Amino acid sequence: MDDAADHGPRTLLDKIWDRHRILAREDGQDLLFIDRHFIHDVTAPAFEILRARGLKPHAPARTFGTADHYVPTHSRDMSAVNHPERRTMIEALTRDAGEAGIEMFGLGDPRQGIVHVVGPEQGLSLPGMTIVCADSHTSTHGAFGALAFGIGATEVGHVLATQSLWQRKPQWMRVLIEGRLPEGVTAKDVVLALIANIGVAGAAGHAIEYAGSTIAALSMEGRLTICNMTIEAGGRAGVIAPDETTFAYLQGRPHAPQGADWKRAVAQWRGLHSDPGAVFSREVVLDASAIAPMVTWGTTPEDASPIDGRVPDPAAAATAERREAMGRALAYMGLSPGTALEEVAIDRVFIGSCTNGRIEDLRAAAAVVQGRKVAEGVEAWVVPGSGLVRAQAEAEGLDKVFVRAGFEWRFAGCSMCLSTNGDTVAPGERCASTSNRNFVGRQGPGARTHLMSPAMAAAAAVTGRLSDVRRLMAKG
Amino acid sequence: MERFDRLEAVALPIAQVNCDTDQIIPARYLQKPRSDNFGNYLFADSRLGRDGTPSPELPFNQPAYALAKIVVAERNFGCGSSREHAVWALYDYGMRAVIAPSFGDIFASNSLKNGLLPIVLPEDVVTGLIAGLLAYPGASVTVDLPAQTVTLPDGTGHAFTVDPFAKHCLVNGIDELGYTLGLAGEIAAFERSYGS
Ligand code: SF4
Repeated sequence: MDDAADHGPRTLLDKIWDRHRILAREDGQDLLFIDRHFIHDVTAPAFEILRARGLKPHAPARTFGTADHYVPTHSRDMSAVNHPERRTMIEALTRDAGEAGIEMFGLGDPRQGIVHVVGPEQGLSLPGMTIVCADSHTSTHGAFGALAFGIGATEVGHVLATQSLWQRKPQWMRVLIEGRLPEGVTAKDVVLALIANIGVAGAAGHAIEYAGSTIAALSMEGRLTICNMTIEAGGRAGVIAPDETTFAYLQGRPHAPQGADWKRAVAQWRGLHSDPGAVFSREVVLDASAIAPMVTWGTTPEDASPIDGRVPDPAAAATAERREAMGRALAYMGLSPGTALEEVAIDRVFIGSCTNGRIEDLRAAAAVVQGRKVAEGVEAWVVPGSGLVRAQAEAEGLDKVFVRAGFEWRFAGCSMCLSTNGDTVAPGERCASTSNRNFVGRQGPGARTHLMSPAMAAAAAVTGRLSDVRRLMAKG
Repeated sequence: MERFDRLEAVALPIAQVNCDTDQIIPARYLQKPRSDNFGNYLFADSRLGRDGTPSPELPFNQPAYALAKIVVAERNFGCGSSREHAVWALYDYGMRAVIAPSFGDIFASNSLKNGLLPIVLPEDVVTGLIAGLLAYPGASVTVDLPAQTVTLPDGTGHAFTVDPFAKHCLVNGIDELGYTLGLAGEIAAFERSYGS
C-alpha cells in the first residue's frame, strides 16, 4: 500500500488493511493477520494439507466450524446422511475440529446452520475484522464493516497453519444506492439490479463499499443479503460501514464483546468508515426508487429483469458474443424470447440459503403465503438458514403459516442452493429460488433456476408462476 | 508442487464467457477425496450430452485435443464458487496453463497455488486464438514462464505479467506455506502487539 494513504483520507478498506498487515513483500503482497476463520464440511482437504506436513492449527480459538453443505434437511440424524462420502465429509469436520480444539456447531446443535448465517448470529463476525472461509459467499460478513472474503483449500491450509494470508490489496469501488425502496422491493432486488447493471465481472479485482441512504435504511439482514451477492458481481469482498443498526444487531450476541468491552468496541467501531475525500477507483450510483422486483431468466445472475418484463431476445443483444451466450442460456432454461416473465410456470420453490435464509426473509415470505395455498403441482420448501432461525420462526408461528399452505418446513442447511446434500431439483424442472446462483446444473443436472427475493418466491409458490409480488400484496 | 518452466502443448479452446466453477466441476463431486483423479469430473455435465453420451462436438471429446495441457477460454473464466476442486480437475486432467482475457479472482489465486498458470492476454488476441484453435484442432501453444511470453500457433509472441512471488514458487516448484512458516517469528511478534 502506498504511504500517501497513511496520511491522507483513508477508505474503510485502508483502515482494516493497515491494522492487519503483518509485513509487506517486495512484490506488493501483504501478509494479513486473520481474525476469524470459519470452517465447514467442505474444509477436509485443507486439514489433509496440514496433516501431510505435520502441522497443527495455529489459532484454534479464532476458528469456528459448522456443518452445512452435506447435512440432511429432512432429519437431524446422522443416519439420514445416506451417502458414505457425504457422511465422511461431516465426520471429517467433526474430527478435525475436535482434534484441534475448534468450537463447532454440528448436526444436532441448535446453533448449527449455514456458515454465513451462523457467524453473524453468534456475534462472531464483528466490525473491523478480517474474516475468511473456504466459501465465496464469505463476502456476506462484510455487512458488519469487516473485510471478509472467500478462499480456496490451499489458502485454508495456510490460514490454519499461520493465521495469516498473503494478499494484494484489491481496488476499491463504491456503490452508492440512494432513495426509498418501493413497496415489494427488497435487498435481493437491489443486488440483482446492481449485478444486471454492472455484470458478473463488473467488480472483478475490486472490493465494494456499499453506501448511500438506501443501505443506511436497510436492516442487518438486508445488508447481509447485499454483501452476500457481491461475489456474483465478481467482487471478492463487499463492505458496509458499521452504524447503529450494526451495533443494535450485535449487542448481546454470544461472542460479541460484553460490558465495558462492548462500550470500548463500539467507540472504536465508530471510526470504521471511509473518510470524507477518500479516493475510490470506481463509483457506481443506483437509484433505489427505480428498482422493481427482479427475477433471473438466464444462467448467470446478471441475466435478471424486472418481473413485469419479458424474456429478452438474443437477436437484440449488443454483441455476437452476448447473443450466443443468451441463446445458450435460454435453450437451457427452456424459455422463448418475448414470453412475459409472469407467464413462466414453475415446479419447485426453494426459500433459504445464506442469501435469504434469515428470519426477516422468512417473515417476508410468510406474509405473502398467509391465507393462501401452494399452487397445484408445485413442491415448495422452506429451509431456514440456521437452527436458531428455525426456532425463532417457530416461536413466531411462521412454520404453521408455511405448513398450512402446503410448504415443507425443513431443517437448516445449504440444501437446494447447490444440492450437495442430495436435495436436488430434477432435470428440466423449474425452481423459484432465493439462493444466489442460477448457474447451469447448480440445483442439480438440468435444473432451471430463477433467482428472486423471498417474497417473490412465496408469490411464485402460491400462483405456480413467476409472479409480481406487488399485486398479491395489494390484494392481501 | 511441480516445477513450471517452459511448456509447449496442444491448446484446447472453451468458447464461452463467464465459464463458472460449477461447470468446471459440478458440486456433487466436492465430496470426493483429494486422492481421487478429479480430471474424471472435469466439465462432467457438459462433456456428456443430454442423453448421457459424450457429445462429439465438444473439444474435450475430440481426439485432436487428447494431449492438451493448455486451456484457452473467454472472459471471466472460473468465476463463481471458490472451490479449489475446479483447479484440481483441470490439473488432474493434465492442464498446466489457462489463457483468458480475465479470470475469477479466487480461481486465479487457487490456480497459482496448485501449479496451474493463469495467463491474461488481451481479449482480441484470445478471440483470434480460439477461432484459430477451432479451425485447426490440435495446434500447439508455447508458454515460457521464465521469459513471460506465450507463442501462438501463428508464430506471434505475446508477453504476459505474473505475480513475481507466484512465478518464483512455480518456477522452483515450492509453495507459499513453507515460505510463511519461515516467518513464524514475525507473526508471533505481530500477535503480541495486536492483542486478542
Ligand atoms: S447456502 Fe449456498 S451459497 Fe451459501 S454457503 Fe451454502 S451452498 Fe454456498
